[in-house]
Amino acid sequence: MSALTKTAEAEAFGGKGDRIMSRAVLCVAATGIVILIFILGFLVANGLPVLRSVSLRELFFSAEWYPAEEPPALGMAALIAGTLAATLLSSVIAIPAALALALFTAEIAPSRLRNFFKVMLEMLGFLPSIVLGFIGMMLVAPWMQDSLNIASGLNLLNASLLLGFLIIPVVASLSDEALAAVPRELRDASYALGATRIETIQKVVVPGALPGIIASVLLGVMRALGETMVVLMAAGGAAIIPTLLTEPVRPLTSTIAAEMGETPVGSVHYHALFFAGLILLVMTLMINLASLYIEKRGVRR
Amino acid sequence: MRKFVTVFVVLAVLSMATMAMAAQLVMDGSTTVLPFGQAAVEQFMKENAGVKFSVSGTGTGNGFKSLADGSAQIANASRFIKDSEIKSCSDKGVYPVPFAVALDCIVPIVHKENPVKGLTRAQLKDIYSGKVTNWKEVGGADAPIVVIGRDTSSGTYGTWQEMIMDKGGKSRVTPKAQVASSSGAMLSSVGKNKNAIGYEGMGYVNNTVTGVKVDGIDATAATARSGRYPLSRYLYMFTNGWPEGELLDFIMYMQSDDGQRIVNAAGFVSLRELKK
Repeated sequence: MSALTKTAEAEAFGGKGDRIMSRAVLCVAATGIVILIFILGFLVANGLPVLRSVSLRELFFSAEWYPAEEPPALGMAALIAGTLAATLLSSVIAIPAALALALFTAEIAPSRLRNFFKVMLEMLGFLPSIVLGFIGMMLVAPWMQDSLNIASGLNLLNASLLLGFLIIPVVASLSDEALAAVPRELRDASYALGATRIETIQKVVVPGALPGIIASVLLGVMRALGETMVVLMAAGGAAIIPTLLTEPVRPLTSTIAAEMGETPVGSVHYHALFFAGLILLVMTLMINLASLYIEKRGVRR
Repeated sequence: MRKFVTVFVVLAVLSMATMAMAAQLVMDGSTTVLPFGQAAVEQFMKENAGVKFSVSGTGTGNGFKSLADGSAQIANASRFIKDSEIKSCSDKGVYPVPFAVALDCIVPIVHKENPVKGLTRAQLKDIYSGKVTNWKEVGGADAPIVVIGRDTSSGTYGTWQEMIMDKGGKSRVTPKAQVASSSGAMLSSVGKNKNAIGYEGMGYVNNTVTGVKVDGIDATAATARSGRYPLSRYLYMFTNGWPEGELLDFIMYMQSDDGQRIVNAAGFVSLRELKK
């Protein structure tokens, strides 16, 4: 009985127009998911055949990347190390700065300044990465060569600095939102108990916003992980496992970008590049799941 | 609602426009061939009204891919076609026919302030395989050599591998070599680094870097054509079967004196000496 009235109510309220809209939205959303599944299937179908000619052991633990040889040497250890090194270093550089910036804009800055910063951050966030790569190649690299007296300015440090610059706006902007979303009542209660501003930020606001902050940090890390143009232009591109900050690296992304164009379709090299894409996807997926998990835990608390 | 209608009308008109454009000849392939290929196409279209070409440069391998699946009628190549590519073409009933259209010299390049003006092929091999790591070992200053190569699948890389690295026993480019992903990136990397050495197609070498003599021979048109300059190669255009109609006209134009002048103007070497 109650179910009946409910449907009747829904129809009375929404009518045909609403149902059409809701179905249209459903269709669009489903298309997105279908495309995502298609991409995943495409990557798997094109990436896994590489295992017919190369063992998993060689792919992950050999650092010899000579794909144009006969037979090709397809060890991705150096490429994976390059991706991890650039991601890690850029995160170490950028995340503290981004979080400090977020704290400043959300908690300390007057609202006018905050608005200004927000606009600037959002603009920076849309900076095309190729422009940044260009700056790295033309300005940062020669400057590093002269001031640090190193052989080449196209290296891990250069790429990580630029990547850091790229993810600061993402992390700062999202963390700022998370901090600002902590209810005013909580702060008021804290002040009413006699806590100072610093104490309030430390013990009330930041813990309250922590899930959001961590999610934003992970988003930033994913951005660094998947970024292609900056590392292609500024990281130097040598397929070695880096031991110094001033050594060139070659992440998976730039390898795919540089080599896909001239690879014969269906060759082992071609499948290996898709496999590299699969590795990247799995990495981002893992970070994504971690951020989902953290967010969920935060909500429950 | 009216807005939607407008959008639909605009979209419909646009899609019809692209359909009308689709009936044209497509040239795809090597980015090395692109500068003069594009210029030749433009000149050819100016002289032959009604012929429509579209040109893109996605790499030699992609050019053959496009030729095989029929999305391009001309595939530009900076190397000869590979066995595997011939097979993928013939599997789809496409028979690739090569036409040499220009000569390209690969020139080792260094920073302008580098005192080293000439290297032998053996020295280049030692530098690129990582055996020689300091400029003083090849007659330069006491400074580390920063080796810059191209990405492994670029045609230029393949030619370098073949002409330098695999001469007198196969060897690998040192993994410490940096990788430039395009000709432009190579020029700016070498031009901005005093210790760098790289290589580049003759058409792209400009005054931001110094070209190095190889085995004592300057990279010039004459030395390339005579075969004395050791690092030169042919550039090709591939068609599906023997070309006909407008396609044949274009290939003939490419190989004519007018076409070869365009090749020279882009910094490459024409197939033969041209009268002024």
